[in-house]
Amino acid sequence: MSNPALVLRGIRKSYYGNVVLQGVDLEVRAGEIHALVGENGAGKSTLMNILFGMPVIHETGGFEGTIELGGTPVVPATPSDAMAHGVGMVHQEFMLLPGFTVAENIKLAREPSKPNVASRVLGPWGRGLESLDLKRMKQESRAALDRIGMSLDEWRPVAGLPVGHMQFVEIAREVDKENARLLVFDEPTAVLTESEAEELLATMKALAGQGIAILFITHRLDEVLAVADRITVLRDGAVAGRVDRADATVEKIAELMIGRALPERNLPPRPEGRTPGVALHLQNLVVEMPGEEVRGVDLDVQEGEILGVAGLAGQGKLGIANGVLGLFPATGTVETSGSPLPLGDTLGVLKRSVAFVSEDRRQVGLLLDESIETNIAGTAAHVQGRFLKGSGPFALLDKSAIRAHAERMIEEFDIRCQGPTQAVRRLSGGNQQKVCLARAFTLEPSLLFVSEPTRGVDVGAKDRVLQLLVQVNRERGTTIVLTSSELAELRQVSDRIAVVSEGRIQGILPPDAPDVEFGLLFAGGTAAGRGGDAVPQDSVSARLDGDAVGRRDPGEGS
Amino acid sequence: MNALALLKRLGLTRTVLAAFLLGLWVLSATASSLDMTILISDCLVRTGMNGILVLALVPAVRAGVGLNFGLPLGMVCGLIGMVTVMDLAGRTMPLELGQAYGMGLQFGLLVSAMVLGALLGMIAGWLYSRLLEAVKGQEMMVGIYVGFGSVAGASILWLLFPAKNPELIWPLGGVGLRNTLVLDGYFQHLLDRFGSFTFGNGFFPTGVLVLWVLACAVLWLFFRTRIGAALAAAGANPRFAAASGIDVRSMRSLGVVLSTALAAIGIVVFSQSYGFVQLYKAPLLMAFPTVAALLIGGASVRNAKISHVLIGTFLFQSVLTTSLPLVNDLIAQHGGAKALANVPEIARLIISNGIILYALTRKES
Repeated sequence: MSNPALVLRGIRKSYYGNVVLQGVDLEVRAGEIHALVGENGAGKSTLMNILFGMPVIHETGGFEGTIELGGTPVVPATPSDAMAHGVGMVHQEFMLLPGFTVAENIKLAREPSKPNVASRVLGPWGRGLESLDLKRMKQESRAALDRIGMSLDEWRPVAGLPVGHMQFVEIAREVDKENARLLVFDEPTAVLTESEAEELLATMKALAGQGIAILFITHRLDEVLAVADRITVLRDGAVAGRVDRADATVEKIAELMIGRALPERNLPPRPEGRTPGVALHLQNLVVEMPGEEVRGVDLDVQEGEILGVAGLAGQGKLGIANGVLGLFPATGTVETSGSPLPLGDTLGVLKRSVAFVSEDRRQVGLLLDESIETNIAGTAAHVQGRFLKGSGPFALLDKSAIRAHAERMIEEFDIRCQGPTQAVRRLSGGNQQKVCLARAFTLEPSLLFVSEPTRGVDVGAKDRVLQLLVQVNRERGTTIVLTSSELAELRQVSDRIAVVSEGRIQGILPPDAPDVEFGLLFAGGTAAGRGGDAVPQDSVSARLDGDAVGRRDPGEGS
Repeated sequence: MNALALLKRLGLTRTVLAAFLLGLWVLSATASSLDMTILISDCLVRTGMNGILVLALVPAVRAGVGLNFGLPLGMVCGLIGMVTVMDLAGRTMPLELGQAYGMGLQFGLLVSAMVLGALLGMIAGWLYSRLLEAVKGQEMMVGIYVGFGSVAGASILWLLFPAKNPELIWPLGGVGLRNTLVLDGYFQHLLDRFGSFTFGNGFFPTGVLVLWVLACAVLWLFFRTRIGAALAAAGANPRFAAASGIDVRSMRSLGVVLSTALAAIGIVVFSQSYGFVQLYKAPLLMAFPTVAALLIGGASVRNAKISHVLIGTFLFQSVLTTSLPLVNDLIAQHGGAKALANVPEIARLIISNGIILYALTRKES
């Protein structure tokens, strides 16, 4: 239990001058389950990419620091290099061939084989033609499955298996590799039901008991406390703290995850004399946005406020705006200013004075090869019939009015460009974002959804973008629903912050609430509910079981 | 470095073809016995003749369905329009041998054929767009099959067409339309000759070129309307369009409908210049040189402008029109092998298929 299986020392990495890892040290001992937790963007994925020698690391100038696997220094150049050194990965999305059997998947590309006539005739060139040793494949797969305590039939095709069992096939494949020394589990329970997750955690413990080192990446703090021997918390590319299981509490970890000084809130005051009403009322909103499912959100947004929506990636915070705008199939009740909003009818929603700045700037937010002016005025021309000469279906776009408006916006938003006819593709991320905002503001909405406005935006432009949002909120009284992965910026400008986890709103906090409260909501529950009390757990699993998409009863398959 | 930047601005395909055409013309003027005025006149006629067919590709590209290889579907609609109009004319007011209809009537017939063809083209285009919606991402491949299939289907129609005008029907048997219908007396060269004037031994086909430029202008204006802008947005980025409240599906449909209807009009214009209505397998491969012309003009799978139509049609058709008589003349002069007479046809296939392959390998324009 003492010799380290993996030692990382002083790992540093930057992408195009943007530092994402600033000297990370990590040690995982053989037979230990070591949890690695952190917010999105804390550097977990980059660290794993380095460990696996992913091409993205080497294409962007490599990394600094040293990696030791089982005592020998290693610089993994490719994923297969990493595997040769005994590193295995259990992916969040399964890398299995559905039409192949369990055994074939476990032994894929490592099949035992025996010579036959053709391979003998061809001599040294005939290796690839040797027959598969099906008997040995079966035996060895069986052994691997037994080792992780699965009674699954090794000759069943993978296609019909329950999701949880697929995960176990992946694990069996990694365990079957002779030199398996370190297994990385990347958010392994994200797609599992509660009971499947418990089974998985038990298996992890069993594997650790057999001397395999396990690096467990997750944001579910209850699971961390259940199985991890030691916990490392990453924050902003550095180790924020290390905790042994004996000293660990959910609160402590949550605080380490979030903990950063409160940003300065230096906001202009609101004009007096507004009578607040409800600008947006959501009731049991369910949105089928792949990767960002919303599973029943109830929310009231007050007129004239800036409501922040926080949460980790994949938890559904982005689905809310996309669902209301009708860009993904949604059900539930949505009302703006008291009257119901048609779901799935984007044009109808936009006509009701609602605007949206998408989180996916390049794919959804912009016409990259079109000019700045077309991007700014196009939506208003289509939705509101503005910037047109004449009327009827054959009215022409009023190019001079569009030009004048675009020039005003460029001036007002400080868009750095060569002129209104420049293609948006050539602009920097921050200026592209300003074009997106200019497009939304041109619609003069009373309710504005803004998602990830500062993603991929440099620091100076970040402040400008937030400042513009505050400005339109204060001057025009526009209600803003601001969704962001950056809690700091939400705390900087929001009046209230709703935290989304597991597709639901876990709670709404004031921006100056303590870190630990945010951390707990991010991890999917209230502090009271986590202290051994099983009630929220059950409600979570009931929800997941009720959600039939891609899931089956775990008992059904075996 | 500077030359490279200039070449990039002009476009590689356009520059190469323009240089090639210039070379052909220099050769024609110096080394051959060809009359340059006739040659240039022929180039202009061929350009006007194919112009609207090339233009027909633009709405589909702008709507994001790529190069419309299903163009023969629209051509078949235009052929039906012409055949119907000719049959009705022949039934109600039969022509004696060597006679022709009056100018006004000829225009009437031409316009009726266009209108009827365009209407059929809209219906067929709408059905075609339903099919394309089901095969999103593979529109161009499916379009090829739609084009081939529609030509084969139309062949059955030609055999069963209930025509009574004896000029259209097989002389023997009396059932089914002929392979080639002569437009002499109906609207042969009507647009070519309209407002035309001569220079040297050639003539300037004013009518057909004016109609083409007019059609280009109308489409150019269309893309400056609200609907046209929405159609282009839907093609450029469907997810952006959806987020702007644009109905992407109906915009894609509209692009295909416009394309198919324009193809129907285009084949009528083509036939009046050619002097014949060609049925059965004639339209089978016509989409390919059309697509090649647009690509030579500088268009790509994702972007096509009106200027690409104007430049591309002229360059491509002129190269083809010039190379055939030039090669024949050079062979006659120097007594070369007769097999060389095939060279222009081979060149046509290499240029048109090569340019299509080249365009398909490029993702960005």
